[in-house]
Amino acid sequence: MDMSFSGLLTAAINLLKKGKDCLEDLCYSLQETAFSMVTEVTERALAHTEKKEVLLTGGVAANKRLQEMVWSIAEEHDARFCVVPSEFAIDNGAMIAWTGVLAFTHGFVTPVNESFVKLKWRLEEVEVPWVK
Amino acid sequence: MTQPLLIKKGAEANLYLADWHGRKVIIKRRLPKSYRLPALDEQIRTYRTIHEPQLMNEAKRAGVPTPTIFLVDIKNATIIMSFIEGKQVKQLLNEVSESSRQSLCEKIGEFIGKLHKHGIIHGDLTTSNMIQNLEGKIFFVDFGLGEKTKELEARGVDLHLMKRALQSIHFTYANKCFDDVIRGYSSVFDAEAVKAVLEKIREIERRGRYIAERKSESK
Repeated sequence: MDMSFSGLLTAAINLLKKGKDCLEDLCYSLQETAFSMVTEVTERALAHTEKKEVLLTGGVAANKRLQEMVWSIAEEHDARFCVVPSEFAIDNGAMIAWTGVLAFTHGFVTPVNESFVKLKWRLEEVEVPWVK
Repeated sequence: MTQPLLIKKGAEANLYLADWHGRKVIIKRRLPKSYRLPALDEQIRTYRTIHEPQLMNEAKRAGVPTPTIFLVDIKNATIIMSFIEGKQVKQLLNEVSESSRQSLCEKIGEFIGKLHKHGIIHGDLTTSNMIQNLEGKIFFVDFGLGEKTKELEARGVDLHLMKRALQSIHFTYANKCFDDVIRGYSSVFDAEAVKAVLEKIREIERRGRYIAERKSESK
């Protein structure tokens, strides 16, 4: 399920501009609210699909509070909770280089002068013939 | 009351089957979630406990069967309602013939249409939240995330979730099922309104990471 947090962020920024609440409190509330939303959706998905595993990935997977929250719902539904080690949770050079090696050995070649950063390239769109 | 029996651990509530004044009832209790801050947790559970029975009664007025509410205990975030003996549509879809599957999905679509026409958004339209009783009547349950609105955006999101829920479990015939749902929906709304909501669903799909849809769009 896709979720959007832009409204939540705007609300927090507006509150900050009003000057009544301090930045730390707003950040804390924002994190708690957003993570509660994500965790609840994950729990609903677990209950609906009856899957037995939850895997937390991506940059935010390094956040200990989110790990703790998702772990607790996995526990409740007897599902295994896995999280990528934090050194692999965010983009890193070795990961990108290795993907490049795999792409190259499978015939994907991009000349250096034509290569650029593709911000909107989503994981689901990348061709991975090396994954059998 | 006889000792309540835990029959289902849902995402946000435990469901107990019990005998209550000679009736078989479901006790739905929204338990505190340890991952949520207590202040947030209590607010959410209280709001949903009040809201859900109201929407279930509204749904009945719209012509959509829902369990009958007997008691609402706000302090304990508990609702007592009639027990619908039967099977979840989630299970049923995989067991029945193709023609029954079609009529089942059309009926579901008709009910969603009736809710929307009446200004009710279910908020969690999955095949886990629909039960067919022993007489073959379909009931909608779990209105905890519902709301009262006639906005096109909310209707689109509601139907889009139905589509995703079908794809997540019934992938071999999800698209056919969703077409049948829309056919049922069309028996309640005129062609123009159906066209508008379908266009809205497509727009919602383009917003997210639904690559297949975005690709076919750019062709």
